[in-house]
Amino acid sequence: MGNQSFLSVVFILVQLILTTHSLYFHIRETERKCFIEEIPDQTLVIGKYKVELFDANSNTYLPSTPGIGMHVEVKDPDEKVVLSKLYTSEGRFTFTSHIPGEHVICLYSNSTAWFGGQQLRVHLDIDIGEHAIDYQQVSAKEKLTELQLRVRQLLDQVEQISKEQNYQRYREERFRATSESTNQRVLWWSIAQLLILVIAGFWQMRHLKGFFEAKKLV
Amino acid sequence: MLPWEFNILLVSVILLLKKIYANELTFELPDNAKECFHDNLKIGSHFTLEFQVITGGNYDVDLELKSPTGKILYRETKRQYDQIEKTAEEAGVYQFCFSNEFSTFTHKTIYIDWKVDGDPEHEITQPGPRVAESALTMIERNVERIHENLEKSIDYQTHHRLREATGRARAEDLNQRVQDWSLGQFMLIIFVAIGTVLLLRSFFSDRKTSNMTWNR
Repeated sequence: MGNQSFLSVVFILVQLILTTHSLYFHIRETERKCFIEEIPDQTLVIGKYKVELFDANSNTYLPSTPGIGMHVEVKDPDEKVVLSKLYTSEGRFTFTSHIPGEHVICLYSNSTAWFGGQQLRVHLDIDIGEHAIDYQQVSAKEKLTELQLRVRQLLDQVEQISKEQNYQRYREERFRATSESTNQRVLWWSIAQLLILVIAGFWQMRHLKGFFEAKKLV
Repeated sequence: MLPWEFNILLVSVILLLKKIYANELTFELPDNAKECFHDNLKIGSHFTLEFQVITGGNYDVDLELKSPTGKILYRETKRQYDQIEKTAEEAGVYQFCFSNEFSTFTHKTIYIDWKVDGDPEHEITQPGPRVAESALTMIERNVERIHENLEKSIDYQTHHRLREATGRARAEDLNQRVQDWSLGQFMLIIFVAIGTVLLLRSFFSDRKTSNMTWNR
């Protein structure tokens, strides 16, 4: 059992080391940065981020003091808020989509400044669907051999492809509905404009005829 | 057959040697704006940057990829889609910047896919030359091939989805514009009709009486 705990320590260490590097960008304290993810329904999304504050003294980015938190807000395609939580300077957020479509993930710091502010460096990593599955954890939990794990990965990938294709059918339906709607609108507005022109013409003629007759010009 | 604990240890040790992961992001680039992303890479790591402009104007954006020493590895203006594969020759912070500064009022939505070597949690074992000891069975080889093909399939699906998103955004925009402009024209016809009549009436109401008074 000593072996087990040693391995779990190694496992945790590896995770810690790996999470220190990732893609990062800079934002101001009061700025709000949003990312759009177009995903099918019942899809798991895991986001990991880390915030560092620019220190003018050492001219580097230091892991920020406690107090800087990041507000994570996730909106679903119907503009309804799915997740809105305040996390510490380093955190992980998860959500599962219930409606297929464009989800918007917004990050902004809980700074109380009105404008400007210091620069923040945000490390961000967003994993969607089958990318969100941690195979080390799956293997550890279910005690699978390497081959079984690989087959498991194949199963997850195939499920992802199938979900995505289903989502594609849904999108195509929407596209068709939009095109039909445009067609209908062009038709009815053209008829309406034709009618209004004719009515306006008639009304003008009748009104002016009455007017001139009243003025004894006709 | 190695015991599973040893496998995990082996995988963990292998992963410690390389930093590997993948990241897909879609963001909106406002007009006259520049957006930069950075990443710290080791020498010899292989990275791939793929981007596609989904919505906005002429669907083009400028991209510049710089090495840690400031050397420009890639610079293209007004590209709609591209895939850049490079091997890092220097260790340090690589940065790539998207620029929409040439556009005065169109926002662009850009999709980026940043891959470095692979994905630690996602990949199970490393691609590349295999150690002779772990004899690759036929099944393992085929499983690997299926995995690579499925990866490609997912990639094609993503690009298909992006292109379809472009078409769909345009169609929805068209739908909205037809509605707005048609309504506007409709109201304009009514106003012009009433306006013309009122204007004509104003010509005859004042001048006629004043003409008659002068003639006397």
